[in-house]
Amino acid sequence: MELKKTPLWSEHKRLGAKMVEFGGWEMPLQYTSIIEEHKTVRESAGIFDVSHMGEILVEGPDTLRFVDKLITNSVSKLKNGEICYSPMCYENATIVDDLLAYRFSETKVLLVVNASNTDKDYEWIISQKHGYNVNVKNLSKDYAQIAFQGPKAEQILKKISGVDLSKISFYTFTLGQINGINCIVSRTGYTGEDGFEMYFQPDAAVALWRKLIEIGGKEVKPCGLGSRDTLRFEATYMLYGNDIDDTTTPLEAGLGWTVDFTKPTFNGKEVLLRQKENGVSKRLRGFEIDGGIARHGYEIFDGEKKIGHITSGTKSPTLNKSLALGYVENQYSKIGSEVLVDVHGKKVKATVVKTPFYRGSVKSK
Amino acid sequence: MKKYLKTHEWAELNGKIATVGISNHAQEQLGDVVYVNLPEVGKTVKAGEVFCSVESVKSASDVYAPVSGKIKEVNKALESTPELINKSAEGDGWIAKIEVSNPKEFDNLLDKDAYDKFVKDSE
Repeated sequence: MELKKTPLWSEHKRLGAKMVEFGGWEMPLQYTSIIEEHKTVRESAGIFDVSHMGEILVEGPDTLRFVDKLITNSVSKLKNGEICYSPMCYENATIVDDLLAYRFSETKVLLVVNASNTDKDYEWIISQKHGYNVNVKNLSKDYAQIAFQGPKAEQILKKISGVDLSKISFYTFTLGQINGINCIVSRTGYTGEDGFEMYFQPDAAVALWRKLIEIGGKEVKPCGLGSRDTLRFEATYMLYGNDIDDTTTPLEAGLGWTVDFTKPTFNGKEVLLRQKENGVSKRLRGFEIDGGIARHGYEIFDGEKKIGHITSGTKSPTLNKSLALGYVENQYSKIGSEVLVDVHGKKVKATVVKTPFYRGSVKSK
Repeated sequence: MKKYLKTHEWAELNGKIATVGISNHAQEQLGDVVYVNLPEVGKTVKAGEVFCSVESVKSASDVYAPVSGKIKEVNKALESTPELINKSAEGDGWIAKIEVSNPKEFDNLLDKDAYDKFVKDSE
């Protein structure tokens, strides 16, 4: 199957990016070095092509009620112009995908979903709409998306922004012009730093990309999926397919804060209520690894007994430590618990530590 | 003179001791090296078998022994500065010194021209 290309594909090639396959897309992994790109985002600002993300629009009189059935968080409780992060669950409370829900109005919500899940999500959403007066459209092809992330993102983006960025608070959005093109601009991101995500027509992508690199000068670097992953990992944001999937629930993943049990009904509510009352049997935790690097799929042990598995892991570029995320049986999930991880056939010590591993410049509500 | 494997390791023989590491092409492909799982001194290794691993930010890669023999020394500097492999894969970023048991194995390895051609053809 031929890989899909974003409207910025030729820019990545021109910049000499190392390209990789990701969720059916040919995307930049890195331009120079993952660590350099990572540090640029932590210290000033980085620009990411995230046009591969999916956008699914829900419109119609039952929009809020319908989206609230699909996701564990609540769009009914948002104001227009606000955004929430949420898992979207199956009826058994395992996770279809995690997404951002942008509330435009009572009758219009845009769901931003993971690239590799877009088709699956769209089909799932369609399968759920019986009895709801809503219209669901997959608009993924109509939007390019650039994330501009880092403590200096606002002061740099201001130079080409037609909207007052200081008025866009964390997890809200506005419609306005950036570099003279109409965008959805939100103060959101996947790096743990302050920053913005912009959605706009694909044919404007190259001009905006080049403009951001130009006005950023030495303070801005184009960043690939490699640093996007290490940044989100340090901030302990979930990566679907690694840390969460259709075998895990939001409560097991530590996403209880995204579950609104006061809603009358939503997919997975019964199972999640039971987990809330009886406790979960496994729990996603952060680990500090004592020697070597633990990767996705490595097994966790107590002596000879297998008690869990690693979901993500790398050497943290900011903290310079070998860190990992993984599920362990609940009895081992206390901060300070010591377990063993099988790293290339050698069992190394791992200690449960607090997450997020790192807090950047990201604003809070 | 350095000789190479198609799996992107190099070896250079000096008397009975072969210094081994990964090629510059390999480090370019790996990106930032953040950890080297060094072999144990004293261990016997066999040509063509995995004898250690090098980890980048993204993934772990096996390193194959170019020649058979006994590990005499490992590059301890890689423990604290694994990025030496990025800076100088075929110099200061060497991984181990092996006392070779069969110097003839060197004949099976590629010389630099043949290796460079192999890399170019596989791109």
